[in-house]
Amino acid sequence: MRAQVRMLADGRRLHLHDGPIDIVLETFGHEDQVHLAYQAAAERFESVLDELCRELPLLRTHARIGGQGPRGVIARRMFAAVLPYADQCFITPMAAVAGAVAEEILSAMTTSTELSRAYVNDGGDIALHMAAGERFVVGMVEHSDRPSLFGTMTLDSDSPVRGIATSGWRGRSFSLGIADAVTVLAKTAAMADAAATIVANAVDLPGHPLIKRVPAHELSPDSDLGERFVTTAVGELTAKEVDEALGRGTTCAESLIASGLIDAVALNLQGTSCVIPAPANMVAKSAERRLVHA
Amino acid sequence: MADDDAIRCDACPVLCYIKPGRTGSCDRYANHEGQLVRIDPHVVLDRALSRGDSVVPFLERNREWDGNLVSGPETFITAIGAGTTYPDYKPAPFIISSEVSGVDMVTVVTEGIFSYCGVKVKIDTDRHLGPERSQVRAKGEAVGHVTTSEYGSQMLSLGGVRHLTGGSRNEGNVTCETLLDLCNGKPAELTVDEGATVVVQAGKPPIVNGVQEDRMRVGCGSATIGMFAKQWFGSVDEVVVVDDHITGVLSEHQAGKMLGVPETGIKLKGRRSTPGRYFQVAEPGTGWGGTNISEPLSIIGAFNPKTAWPGLRLLMVGTTGEHYAYYELDEALYPVEKELPKSLRVSVERIKENCEPALSTVLFMGGAGGSLRAGVTENPVKLTRSVGASLTRITCGGAPVYVWPGGGITLMVDVTRMPENAFGYVPTPAMVAPIEFTLKLADYSALGGYMDRVRPLSSLMKDAEGRRHVLARPENPWPLESGKGKP
Repeated sequence: MRAQVRMLADGRRLHLHDGPIDIVLETFGHEDQVHLAYQAAAERFESVLDELCRELPLLRTHARIGGQGPRGVIARRMFAAVLPYADQCFITPMAAVAGAVAEEILSAMTTSTELSRAYVNDGGDIALHMAAGERFVVGMVEHSDRPSLFGTMTLDSDSPVRGIATSGWRGRSFSLGIADAVTVLAKTAAMADAAATIVANAVDLPGHPLIKRVPAHELSPDSDLGERFVTTAVGELTAKEVDEALGRGTTCAESLIASGLIDAVALNLQGTSCVIPAPANMVAKSAERRLVHA
Repeated sequence: MADDDAIRCDACPVLCYIKPGRTGSCDRYANHEGQLVRIDPHVVLDRALSRGDSVVPFLERNREWDGNLVSGPETFITAIGAGTTYPDYKPAPFIISSEVSGVDMVTVVTEGIFSYCGVKVKIDTDRHLGPERSQVRAKGEAVGHVTTSEYGSQMLSLGGVRHLTGGSRNEGNVTCETLLDLCNGKPAELTVDEGATVVVQAGKPPIVNGVQEDRMRVGCGSATIGMFAKQWFGSVDEVVVVDDHITGVLSEHQAGKMLGVPETGIKLKGRRSTPGRYFQVAEPGTGWGGTNISEPLSIIGAFNPKTAWPGLRLLMVGTTGEHYAYYELDEALYPVEKELPKSLRVSVERIKENCEPALSTVLFMGGAGGSLRAGVTENPVKLTRSVGASLTRITCGGAPVYVWPGGGITLMVDVTRMPENAFGYVPTPAMVAPIEFTLKLADYSALGGYMDRVRPLSSLMKDAEGRRHVLARPENPWPLESGKGKP
């Protein structure tokens, strides 16, 4: 038995940990309901890592339409989330693992009891629950090691958004691009997770001399990205270069929004952020805030 | 896919290959110069700091001259946050060597998962919490039972494998949660069948039926007479110390007789045990001296007119000094309540003063079973024998433990002597408790230890940012230091 479950020091939030999975979650509702929900989350969490590891080789290979799909309920959700991108680029179900796990834990809680609000934050990939009339204020950070908010956004129960995910080259997983942070809002956490990976990869300046890249397997021999080059350092870019890189990202993001895969994206590169579509509910705080393709 | 210099992490089923200087997908385990190390917060006891900075240079110098004065390293790695092993037959997460008084010592550090575990709670109160063997409930679920009364305290036994895994799922979860709260120093509300509701928190006064206990009784009623007879003599003719266990009567008690206190013709209800000592003067309860009475005169009958006299002075007092009343007999030999004279007020105050603060105390009790021992040695029974022979010392989060004699490794530890939030749980449900085994390197080798996994303390201290340093508690013996008959 490895999975560890404990309340954080504030007595409100629950921390679930098993292997590489770290989840912080919180629910809002009557005390008894919160208790039931935490119990359900802990019970569901117990076997999550084992379920995923059972199919790990398959989850680490390029997802293909019509190809062999995984069997586990979380794995199937990962597979479905990355499938829309599978014929345009290399992507494995692992690109949606955090979001898919967050969703599964959230659904274990919401099916066990009535909650006014709940969030499950799996390493920055967040699944949300809001009863009618409820809302969440979400903060965004550029660097996880220097947590200062670059913006906040308010989500309410009328919006279709129930998933938030962030990707960037500084994060825990590898990125092919140079974005410090790409935050995606989507209908589900798994969809947001997959899309954040795609958009963060697109924020790039191919061949730029100040960008250091290393084959993924040199850093981590069993990375699903294999010999693909992942970003390990980004030098200081000019304003024009930043705009160009963000422009590639926003083009990608707009096409995803147009095809209905996601709802909104905030991109951040070296202190410059942009938000698409033009923000009604997202507020970027950066002094150099510019709207690209307003 | 595997590189020559990558190591395979087997802390969890992801089984990452980790290159030197990199971490696995969890960011917790890393490859440090070919060794798998854990880098997330992990509690380390710092001994020198708890003594104040100024002594450190002195100790440093002394160490070179005389190893006997300072017998070992000033740092001890606890098992809190060390993690468990998966599966159990793997070596414990940390096996650390350090030199103590010129002898190589090994500390094997792991967080044990205990299904066979519980807490023994001692509640300092004379109030009646409930009949022996009654169920103790939390949130309506049975989590334990009332066991014996001890001197001035009521004992509860909570948890245990039957409540954790033998009942309904909810019973197990509530039991686990209650144990976890009590072990981590949080309050728990417990209700005794046919008894009281009591809020228990380790190291804090118990709250019985909404009333916070303040003081323990000074002694039983009889003992109180013995202690204070001399101080009462001359100021009062009769004293009754009301106590649910043994109610004492001054004039009949040996202590009164010795002083020459005359008979008063008082007549106590209840069952006389020996002269001046009465059992069962009332029912147990939360009133005077742990009885159910609020009106003290209800436990005495009419005074014998042949012996008693008008004006006879009577003090009635509980065993905590909290309840008292003073009477004088009228012409009809009926006690009439009067204001307590100053000379007696002092003795009542002194009873109060001699009552120690009432606390709830919580001892965690668990059995380190087969699988946990397998993380220490390939031949688990040898560890049990080594503990039995006092060659291996066990600590929990650096705190001393009592190892119950006999088979297996059944231990008890005062949770208030452990660092904060030292306990966790797994959804089995079972408790996760830190446990460290310290023994001589040679003994470790002899009992079939994982010698290839032993690494120096210094190798852990390099990545210091991954650990949480806490001050060693001055009341605890230093885990690496020899006690009597210990290595």
